[in-house]
Amino acid sequence: MRTLQTTLFISLLFITSLFAEKPMKFVETGINPKTWALVPAGEFYFGQHQHVVDIDYDYEIMITDVTNRQYANYLNEALEKGTVYIERDTVWGHHPGDPFDAYLHEWEIPAGNYPHVPISNPGLRLDYEGGMFSPKTGYGNHPMVEVSWFGAKAYADFYGYRLPTEKEWEKAARGTTTNDYPWGNTVQRNQANFVSSHNLFEKMFGDVVKTTPVGFYNGKSYNGYQTMEGITPYGLYDMAGNVYQWTGDDHPKVHYRYMRGGSYQSYEYSLRVWPRNSAGPEHTSMSLGFRCARTPLQMEADPSDTSE
Amino acid sequence: MKKIKDLFHFFFQSTKGLILLGITSISVITAIWGMLSGPMVEWGVRDFVVNLLGMDLQSVERSGRIIMLYHVIAMIVTSIEVYMITSIVPMRRHQRANINNTITVGWITTTIFGLAFGYFGHNYFYHGLFLVGQSLIFFAGLLLAAALYPWRKHFLVENKEYAHTKNGYDIERMAFFVMAISMLISAGFGAVTGSFWSNGHETFLAEDLIRNPDKTALQKSVIGHLHIMLTLIAVAITLIVGRWMDFKGKLHKVAMPTMIVGTLVISGGVWSVVWTHMAHTFIYFGSVFVMFAALLLVIYSWGKLIKDRTTELGLENPTFGQKFIALFHDPIKFGPFWQMVFMNFTVSGVGIFMAVKLEQIFRVWPAREERITLTGHWHILSAIIATIILMYYIDIAGIKGKMRKWLGWTIIIGSDIAFGAATIFSMKRLFVSEYYQTPVVNWTMLAMDFGLGIILVLVGGILIWRLKDLFDSDGLWSKESASPELDLERTSVLTQVGRDAIKKEMEI
Repeated sequence: MRTLQTTLFISLLFITSLFAEKPMKFVETGINPKTWALVPAGEFYFGQHQHVVDIDYDYEIMITDVTNRQYANYLNEALEKGTVYIERDTVWGHHPGDPFDAYLHEWEIPAGNYPHVPISNPGLRLDYEGGMFSPKTGYGNHPMVEVSWFGAKAYADFYGYRLPTEKEWEKAARGTTTNDYPWGNTVQRNQANFVSSHNLFEKMFGDVVKTTPVGFYNGKSYNGYQTMEGITPYGLYDMAGNVYQWTGDDHPKVHYRYMRGGSYQSYEYSLRVWPRNSAGPEHTSMSLGFRCARTPLQMEADPSDTSE
Repeated sequence: MKKIKDLFHFFFQSTKGLILLGITSISVITAIWGMLSGPMVEWGVRDFVVNLLGMDLQSVERSGRIIMLYHVIAMIVTSIEVYMITSIVPMRRHQRANINNTITVGWITTTIFGLAFGYFGHNYFYHGLFLVGQSLIFFAGLLLAAALYPWRKHFLVENKEYAHTKNGYDIERMAFFVMAISMLISAGFGAVTGSFWSNGHETFLAEDLIRNPDKTALQKSVIGHLHIMLTLIAVAITLIVGRWMDFKGKLHKVAMPTMIVGTLVISGGVWSVVWTHMAHTFIYFGSVFVMFAALLLVIYSWGKLIKDRTTELGLENPTFGQKFIALFHDPIKFGPFWQMVFMNFTVSGVGIFMAVKLEQIFRVWPAREERITLTGHWHILSAIIATIILMYYIDIAGIKGKMRKWLGWTIIIGSDIAFGAATIFSMKRLFVSEYYQTPVVNWTMLAMDFGLGIILVLVGGILIWRLKDLFDSDGLWSKESASPELDLERTSVLTQVGRDAIKKEMEI
């Protein structure tokens, strides 16, 4: 029995060592995640079948996903102000609840405290030491992942923003075109981070990196790897691939929250502007992040810092 | 010229030739179109194939393309089953000829123009002919149902070991008839929705709607359609291989009525999905009957395999070990029924497990993961049906000896590795956290490619052998032409009433 236990322990150590992460190097993309883009009011083509939908107000949306650095700063502030708390290795916060429709198999989401960020999850790119959060080395400008919808919404609420609705998200991705992808009807492998893109960034730095820094696909060359500009008509980055993004709507009867944009795990067809993914609001993943929207003219400085 | 005529006769007039033609077409389509997805994309194979063949793959049309491809393959599989049914269920010769000719023109037209429309540019002439092809297949289905009509005294059960009514009507024939009628009605659910295409109905893949709480009647109709068609294809192949094994005796007498009840309840349940939330209850209830009938067939067939082999070896009182070895002696006959058992681990079992673990799976998993499990389980079921057809075909082609064993075990092991790996891949979230999933993903993908790859290579080998055989004027094809029908015991025989009717017709 002892031999078996020793063998299992050594095997476990060996297997774990295979996944041990190599130190990441910070890669500067030159894209400032504090920047917002204005999306003007008007009609656009929504969904695969291009139904004309009107959004009759202007709004602004972040040009990149919220980064680990931004989210770490937020957590530190929110902990200080007491809007979130840590218990059982998880960041928690309050949610006022979703309206309950008593639909078949509907899960009820009553008012209460819900998980925001699982601190011990190895996929999280934040360190938590001495009561302070900080991004793991090299991950400061990567998208914040392993954050639940509750955690994403709490970030937006904290700064007076909101999560974009699905329609707002899709308009920001497609503009007023009928494009399949944010920039056209095809996607090149050096234009976005998706499963077939052979993500050279990942190969450069290790096998479990998966994400690329926000705004990585901007036409710049990194160590000889030439990227193509993967931006939307309004100048947003990473609206196709890298990480899925939470959207704000609560869908009645089911309460799933919808995610858009595809991720590094997706085949290219999931990077088109209309496919949906969804999960319960407590779901977190290494391939799931978010960005925020807000009403225009709300120009106060974003408190998050992008410097590494 | 005579050779060409003979070959034409073999491929289009003999059951064995028609089955070979269908299997060849599916194999070619699978080989080419299989290179357009999955790892083939990452390896750059897809781009090469697309450029080589001049395909026109607009990203926005992907859903429609896949629907066309599914239909094409399903039509050929259905046609192969129809060829088998018209050969093993006694019917008038002209009926068999009419059904086979109509369905052959139907699936060839569907295949050529369906793939042309889906993958080589939108020419609505192609789409029209795609619909013509499917209409011909539907018409052949009507002819088949008429030919299978069981309450006629022309064909009655003589050997009382086969399930029959007091009047001698053939209950297995009734099971085929009920399956055929159910399939015709179920096809209507797809056809009606298709007729609304671009006129209130938009193309969609069912797996993309799984979490929409409010689906339109047309969407529900399509979802029901695709589920029931695959189920009925499975029912049909179960009945067919049952006949191949000469299913009879007490188990046959229980299994056939059970299969009829199951087919009716499942079909009714699926059709009702358009109108009621209770559909799943009917479907589960009907599934129990169908799966119980299949279980009886498995028990019978394995018992028969053991009995036949031990008798062949002259073992009067075989030990458990001898029986065990006897069971595995002929993988080609053991395989189809093993696949039915294995299906419970990779299809039914997964479905039941997910239903039991509803809160741990559907609530927590992203839709894309649930989608992988759902699409995985019906792809596996389709592929299991394909392996069963393939094994039956190897028997039809008369492959014996070591080659038969090699082929049989390769299909069983290769497919089960692939299906097992696909199941692990789709359920990985339950036992490996996302951070550590990369090795699981890599190894299961490799296992799937390996398993399916060796089967494709094997099928390629068989087809090359059959192609080479065509150049031999005295080859297997000519023997199959001379003996075109499947060699097995039939449940009912032509009665005096039937003979009189034929005679009367001839006089007219």
